[in-house]
Amino acid sequence: MSRIVELKDTQREIYFFRLRLFLSLGFVALLFFILLLRFFYLQVIRHDYFETMAESNRIYVVPIVPNRGVITDRNGVVLARNYSGYTLEVTPEKVPDMQATIAEIGKLVEIKPKDLRRFKKLMSERRSLQTLPIRTRLTDDEVARFAAQRYRFPGVEIKARLFREYPFTEVTSHLLGYIGRINQQEIDELEEQEQATNYMGSDYIGKTGIEQRYEAEMHGVTGFEQVEVDAGGRAVRMLSRTAPQSGKNLTLTLDAKLQEIAVQAFGDYRGALVAIDPSNGEVLAYVSKPGYDPNLFIDGIDTENWEALNNSPDVPLNNRALRGQYPMGSTIKPFMALAGLHYNAKMTTREISDPGYYTLPGSSHQYRDWKAGGHGRVDLFKSVQVSCDTFYYGLATELGIDRMHDYLQQFGFGKKTGIDLEGETSGLLPSTEWKMKRYKQIWYPGDTVSAGIGQGYHLVTPMQLAFATATLANDGVAFKPHLVKEIQHPEGEVQIPPQPLYKVDIPAEDLALVKRAMVAVTQPGGTAVGASMGAQYTIAGKTGTAQVIGMKQGEKYDERKVSEYFRDHAWFIAFAPADKPRIALAVLGENAGHGGSVAAPIARKVMDYYLLGKVPTPLKKADEKPGVEND
Amino acid sequence: MINVQQIKRRFMLHLDPVLLYGLGALLFVSLVVLYSSSDGSWMRVLGQLMNILVAFTALWIVANMPLHWLMRIAVPMYVLGMALLIGVALFGEISHGARRWLNIGVATIQPSELMKIAVPLMMAWYFEKHEATLTWRNHLIAAVLLAMPFVLIVRQPDLGTSILIAASGFYVLFLAGLSWRVMGALFVGALASAPFVWGMLHDYQRHRIMMLLDPSQDALGKGYHTIQGMIAVGSGGFLGKGYMEGTQTHLDFLPERSTDFIFAVYSEEFGFLGNLLLLGIYIFIIGRGFIITANASTYFTRLMAGSITLTFFTYTFVNMGMVTGILPVVGVPLPLLSYGGTSMLTLMLGFGVLMSIHTHQRLVKT
Repeated sequence: MSRIVELKDTQREIYFFRLRLFLSLGFVALLFFILLLRFFYLQVIRHDYFETMAESNRIYVVPIVPNRGVITDRNGVVLARNYSGYTLEVTPEKVPDMQATIAEIGKLVEIKPKDLRRFKKLMSERRSLQTLPIRTRLTDDEVARFAAQRYRFPGVEIKARLFREYPFTEVTSHLLGYIGRINQQEIDELEEQEQATNYMGSDYIGKTGIEQRYEAEMHGVTGFEQVEVDAGGRAVRMLSRTAPQSGKNLTLTLDAKLQEIAVQAFGDYRGALVAIDPSNGEVLAYVSKPGYDPNLFIDGIDTENWEALNNSPDVPLNNRALRGQYPMGSTIKPFMALAGLHYNAKMTTREISDPGYYTLPGSSHQYRDWKAGGHGRVDLFKSVQVSCDTFYYGLATELGIDRMHDYLQQFGFGKKTGIDLEGETSGLLPSTEWKMKRYKQIWYPGDTVSAGIGQGYHLVTPMQLAFATATLANDGVAFKPHLVKEIQHPEGEVQIPPQPLYKVDIPAEDLALVKRAMVAVTQPGGTAVGASMGAQYTIAGKTGTAQVIGMKQGEKYDERKVSEYFRDHAWFIAFAPADKPRIALAVLGENAGHGGSVAAPIARKVMDYYLLGKVPTPLKKADEKPGVEND
Repeated sequence: MINVQQIKRRFMLHLDPVLLYGLGALLFVSLVVLYSSSDGSWMRVLGQLMNILVAFTALWIVANMPLHWLMRIAVPMYVLGMALLIGVALFGEISHGARRWLNIGVATIQPSELMKIAVPLMMAWYFEKHEATLTWRNHLIAAVLLAMPFVLIVRQPDLGTSILIAASGFYVLFLAGLSWRVMGALFVGALASAPFVWGMLHDYQRHRIMMLLDPSQDALGKGYHTIQGMIAVGSGGFLGKGYMEGTQTHLDFLPERSTDFIFAVYSEEFGFLGNLLLLGIYIFIIGRGFIITANASTYFTRLMAGSITLTFFTYTFVNMGMVTGILPVVGVPLPLLSYGGTSMLTLMLGFGVLMSIHTHQRLVKT
């Protein structure tokens, strides 16, 4: 009995066991089926997605930054170049404790407080995942020392890079400008211009001057390397490479030596000088004094230097030649003379007797000549030569402001010259319409009187005045002033041709008369007699004095009583040789007093070098004034 | 006179040729994949070959052990295992934040590995002992036998091993006829106690579970393993990238690629088709295990064979599931494919038991 029961139990037991085993089999089958579905999902349905993921895992696109174009002067003298060197760069995201890291680095590589200040400034304006230089120009010793300890500094690396350098420093600062680290605003602009990929590896962009204007040419085209990397980011092999195209080199119209001489000639004076070849508009010298060292800006200027530059009363960062707007003073007179001749003004045919002042009909207000007692009998020729104010008060009154405006604008006054630099200002050439628009006021006859001698509302930039002088020198044929002579493409050269703008129609005899008068300015009896003393060529010129503060009726201007920054500006415009001009220029001596005594000698040194190759002996502050105190 | 045929027959006497084909196929795949995962290193392959030799020797010895020997060592082995686990808890060496190893002078051992065999063995032995008068009490006592080592291993902490041991014990309970009602109650109880268990888990374990839900949350940290594994498998596509051509593998993106993530290497290079083949081999082995289990003659052997087979399946499923991102990364190797001597030894011991069960009763029957 018990045997049977036992047997029965065993069979039952086996039955139940096999049932459970069968259930287990179902469980196994179900789970394996789930796995199978998962495989199918990953490997078939979502294969493309994971394929892309795997590719982006292993393939890095590494930008190869092109070499920036080099800038040379017209004779091949290098003005902006690249040199290779090492920097120590930090990726802040990868550095756990910045303070400690910097302290540790400081034990290996010298970090000056200046470097730290600059680094902090960069930190505050950086882009994410950007590497920031904490030290530039490492010595070979420092490179070796750091390299040995590199493993201790995650996120800190040595980079071999090309550095920009401006060997002429402040001499060329205002025309070359500088490059600097790309900021967020510039990134946005690059994205708008669809240039973002081209700047993937670039840290720098032209910020001002030629560097800014010709950014597109000089930057070049970024190359790309597709590299296969392992999980550690180490490049395993190169898959493909698109070579970068170097930026184009620029040859400027500038003559570096001339530029240096011009800067030197200013001595301690502030001011500006623009010299143009009137036959084609090439800018030969472009000075704004004081300048600054553009090299300071490349990797971000440190606060101390920045404040020194920004707070200096001499405003070295102001590009005076391009942006400084000054009353043009008596330099307007040759152009006024031409205007008078153009409109057949009666004044141009007469000889006036100058009492030393001018009064409008029916008014007792006296407009004084700069020379007390007057110049005696004055005709058009003499009016230019001696810079007779009374004559031009009369001429202006006769012409009226609107005719003056219409004629003068042909010489480029009141509008941008179009030179290849950013930020040019347009000066101001007043008219009745302008005054109504600007001040909602009618034009008074008194406004016209002072306008006749370039005071009042008239404002010009040194650039404009140089352009106008060049146009006059070139018999009315105006060329657009430009600084870049040639852009050298990698595959050849492309010349920038002279860009004729237009011709101001001036009858030959009018032109001859005014030019002769301008030559007389630099001859005995003229206001800039010192300018051509001993010159082996003839100089046509015109002096000017721009008043900074107005003088009350009857008050006498005394240079010694006026604070330095309120003294008159000295102007001198000139071209030479007078009969076949090769150079035309405008010189402004800011708060320097009289054109003839300060600005003219500067012009002379520039012309001497340009025309004769004469290098002046280093000059002290231009205080050896010629005998004649005049305007 | 030595008869080669006789020696061969004696050697094969307690081995199961069908199971051997399956195991041989897996081990061959293992060597092939390891050569790739180690970037063509013969050292790795030779190392695994040594592991295989040692483990196979163990398998042969166990397979030749009569079944009553197995029953006889069940209790001492379990007691020793428990003693060692307690030893680990008290004096164990800490490595990678877990206390799993015990230095016994000559070597450092991981007692939890021993328990992978000892726990089901002990439980099967216990059920065999009480076969005639089996009540719910016996199930309870068996459950306690399982729970004690489980708790100790969870606390080490070693989630992977504890899951496998829990699974192997549970399979014994299930096959021994654990009532559906109790299982239902356990299931509900497990759900209810989930928040409590969550509180007991270590941060890294919680993190891994969270990562399972959204691996991209921590793509460079804990989610990295899962993401790179999925990329490897997914980018393999239907036919795979080709042997030695896996970019995820050979460019170092895959972590643990010779051990826990070896399946990703295989999958990347051999694709969906390769996966089907590999799954086929596993199913073949598991199927054979089921047949052996179904034909086992005693209660003890049925439970033991069933548990070994199902545990082997669990290994496979958990590993593949974790590499393909449907299970958390718990540190379970892919059985017989991953590099490693210990897991190889435990697994082959299991198959030794399976063969012993199969061949000894065959001898008894005939």
